[in-house]
Amino acid sequence: MIRVLFFGKLRERLHCSELNLAIEQPLNLNELCECITQQGGKWSQWMQGNKPLAAINQTMVSFDSQVKPGDEVAFFPPVTGG
Amino acid sequence: MKISVQAHNFNIADEHRALTKSCTSSGAVVTFTGLVRDLNQGNQIQSLTLEHYPAMTEKALTAIATTAKQRWPLGKITIIHRIGQLALTEQIVFVGVTSRHREAAFDACQFIMDLLKNHAPFWKKETTSTGERWVEFNDKDKQATKRWEK
Repeated sequence: MIRVLFFGKLRERLHCSELNLAIEQPLNLNELCECITQQGGKWSQWMQGNKPLAAINQTMVSFDSQVKPGDEVAFFPPVTGG
Repeated sequence: MKISVQAHNFNIADEHRALTKSCTSSGAVVTFTGLVRDLNQGNQIQSLTLEHYPAMTEKALTAIATTAKQRWPLGKITIIHRIGQLALTEQIVFVGVTSRHREAAFDACQFIMDLLKNHAPFWKKETTSTGERWVEFNDKDKQATKRWEK
């Protein structure tokens, strides 16, 4: 199982801050995004053509990074702090 | 190194005092404070809400401060970032740096703010007279980090 978090405008648009997904083997973030899309309904267009930023276990990563069971993944728009 | 993500306000004088206390080798203190301003992209702002990724924010800010300390000869570093709802003119962020000489302190303070704007997981939502809207990332902030490329 992996915990998937959403923040900012993405969280608001999806009306979802957290999702738990069952995965049986490691996959990269592109594959994970496809898994999320496959849930259908509002998830079928969840990225709306704009790839969000991503973090695995609270560290920003690229989309070729691997996710394994037990990881925490977060997707979010470009940050606007400061 | 003091890193804090907090809802409550901070006192600049207290933070300045903490940076300079027992700091006999530092000849320079540089600080920056970011505020909620009244106009952004043509809209009147009534308030600002800061959302963040709780498990990641302090980790990201600590990494930025550590990078600054590896790059410049610094004494103390303080980074404070507020979250939650803030009114106009309220303080959002504080960065304070000490060093032996002023050049390192000025550069490190700017560096920390530039990296924070690009890498720290906070998102601003403005409440305006015409409704709410999420602040969009400004490419100027990405361009600002280029000055630090070696």
